[in-house]
Amino acid sequence: MTGSGMTDTEMIATSTATGSNKHGLWSRLPVVHQLRQSVGLQRGMLVVGLVITGLFILTAILAPLVSPFGYSQLRDASGAFGAQKPPGGSHLLGTTVGGYDVLSRVIWGAQTALIVIVIAVILSIFAGVMLGLVSGYFGGWLDRVFVVVFDAVYAFPSLLLAIVMSIVISGGRSNLIGGVLAAAISITTVFIPQYFRVIRAETVRIKAEAYVESARVLGASNARIMFRHVLRNATRTLPLIFTLNASEAILTLAGLGFLGFGIEPSAAAEWGYDLNKAVSDVSSGIWWTALFPGLAIVLAVLGMTLVGESLNDLADPRLRGRRSVAKASGLVAETSVVPGGTLKDEFEVPQ
Amino acid sequence: MTTVAARPPAQKAARRKRTSSGGGIGRYILIRFTLIFPTIFILVSMVFWLMRATGDPITAALGGRLGPEQLAERIHAAGYDRPILVQYFEYLGNIFTGNFGTTISTNKPVTEVLLTYGVATAELVFYALIVAFIVGIPLGLVAAYWRDKAPDAFLRIFAILCYATPVFFSALLFKLVFSVWLKVLPVAGRASTGSELQMQFLPGKTGIYTIDALQTGDPQILLDVVSHAVLPALALGLLTAGVFLRLVRTNVIGTLGADYVDSGRSRGVSEYRLVTKHAYRPALIPIITVIGLQIALLLSGAVLTETVFEWKGLGFELAQFLTARDFVAVQGIVALLAVIVALSNFVVDIIAALIDPRVRY
Repeated sequence: MTGSGMTDTEMIATSTATGSNKHGLWSRLPVVHQLRQSVGLQRGMLVVGLVITGLFILTAILAPLVSPFGYSQLRDASGAFGAQKPPGGSHLLGTTVGGYDVLSRVIWGAQTALIVIVIAVILSIFAGVMLGLVSGYFGGWLDRVFVVVFDAVYAFPSLLLAIVMSIVISGGRSNLIGGVLAAAISITTVFIPQYFRVIRAETVRIKAEAYVESARVLGASNARIMFRHVLRNATRTLPLIFTLNASEAILTLAGLGFLGFGIEPSAAAEWGYDLNKAVSDVSSGIWWTALFPGLAIVLAVLGMTLVGESLNDLADPRLRGRRSVAKASGLVAETSVVPGGTLKDEFEVPQ
Repeated sequence: MTTVAARPPAQKAARRKRTSSGGGIGRYILIRFTLIFPTIFILVSMVFWLMRATGDPITAALGGRLGPEQLAERIHAAGYDRPILVQYFEYLGNIFTGNFGTTISTNKPVTEVLLTYGVATAELVFYALIVAFIVGIPLGLVAAYWRDKAPDAFLRIFAILCYATPVFFSALLFKLVFSVWLKVLPVAGRASTGSELQMQFLPGKTGIYTIDALQTGDPQILLDVVSHAVLPALALGLLTAGVFLRLVRTNVIGTLGADYVDSGRSRGVSEYRLVTKHAYRPALIPIITVIGLQIALLLSGAVLTETVFEWKGLGFELAQFLTARDFVAVQGIVALLAVIVALSNFVVDIIAALIDPRVRY
């Protein structure tokens, strides 16, 4: 949106309804809209983030084509790979203590990470959004119970919660599907409270709006009001939490893998697990087994965080770069999910 | 609790109305204190039911190693064959009296494990917080002052990198560079064996190595202890430093735009003083709140950092118990951490209320 010729009130009016009608669908798409809205450093960060994230997703999808070897391959036609070979020759990034090719495991690790993120985020959006919507809409004792319970869960160290969940789900050791699901569900448990809070807070706010009341007067059912009127307007902050949670999901997955709750090396490649195996290598000066999986985590998280942060900053008028940008964007008010950069402070609910 | 951003105004107004009749700090502390119990109760119950959903801890720990009869005998002796509700209430009662059970793998009371290793973790977290303050706050001020200029861009990327790097990876890198390649700092542990032996027989042993080292009066030991702490504290501290940096930046930018800062500037207050005194002070309140929330993050991070550096604290022990499938110990440690988190949030809320009267609702 360029804001040319529109007054601020018009701006707000159009954007709070359905977004500007003057522009095509393309420029109203979540990320595209922000990309056009951003300037300077902000745009640079967003673009870099999008590129890294794109690379990560491409690598994950194309892993079978890009990767020189399989993730659990120990030998090829010319014999066994050998353990702890330094980078060079047919093994560009060397081999691990278990005799796997580091590069292949790094590439396949992207696939595992992506699958886990997708499952975790979809599950937590569904569960968190449903619970938040129901809780915020109906209120009452159920709402109070949910709020107290999720507040407690929210305050808990997330990695510990994930550990407990993965013990429950898989007993701590697992194959590919079991391991991926266990990791994803563990991460989901950590995220549900965040979606719950945001959606609940929005629902409580929207419930008092005039159009919800008119819908009720017209005789719309609770379900219709909830899904048609409230939910559609309550989801504006979801993309932001989504990107930030995706990066947190990678970190949690890696943390679980590092503590030995990941996926067996023969079932899939997982960066955290590889780093765990690299701890003893580091003490003897073998750097390549630790450096590359670690860098892969950093890059993947960095990419998604840059996207999430930029989207968040663009949605927050206090943080948005310049005056011209502030003017050009219709959405103002409390759209920021993470003002200081931490999710753990927004949308406090009164107790 | 203060929040960084504005809260929905409707809720705020309602809350004011409800308590406008009275409610000093004493009342607030009382109400906030009673709120600890439901939190602890929920977390402890959750841990119990989740862990017990997998079966009894004895089978988990010794399943492959003992015959079915011996197993049944031990399960009976430990009372795990009784109705689950009975066990649950017994567990709650025990926790209330400070009894977290007995570990299966080492056969020690969990409370003893917690006391022995908890101090080590507390020491690490304390150091990490110092690192986070020293790094995060000044850099946040710098970033806010040169907003949208080169230093700000650089520092924001630094902050995101701090967050994006898993604490165990930065720990491994530090270890590789400083301990293995440069050989300037020790590889692992809390102190070298010699120093540990000397501190072992101190009369007033605290378990906090820095204090114990001071008690020996030997500068060599103190140096040894501190040099062991540098890398773990740095790895864990940088994780939090990134969060502090961003918080300070955002809040100082907010306060720098306030009218009283402008009026200060018009009276000729120097820019340096404006940033470090006028804008910085009120920006601190949200940071104090966030420290409370950071405790949870720091504890998660401590588990990973301790594993890398073999820092014998709660996290290191937790990892060991997890490998041994000693779920009684895991349950105990996790429950205790829940209590710590609830208590630290309480303390932080009280501090925030003491500083900012608006918080006391």
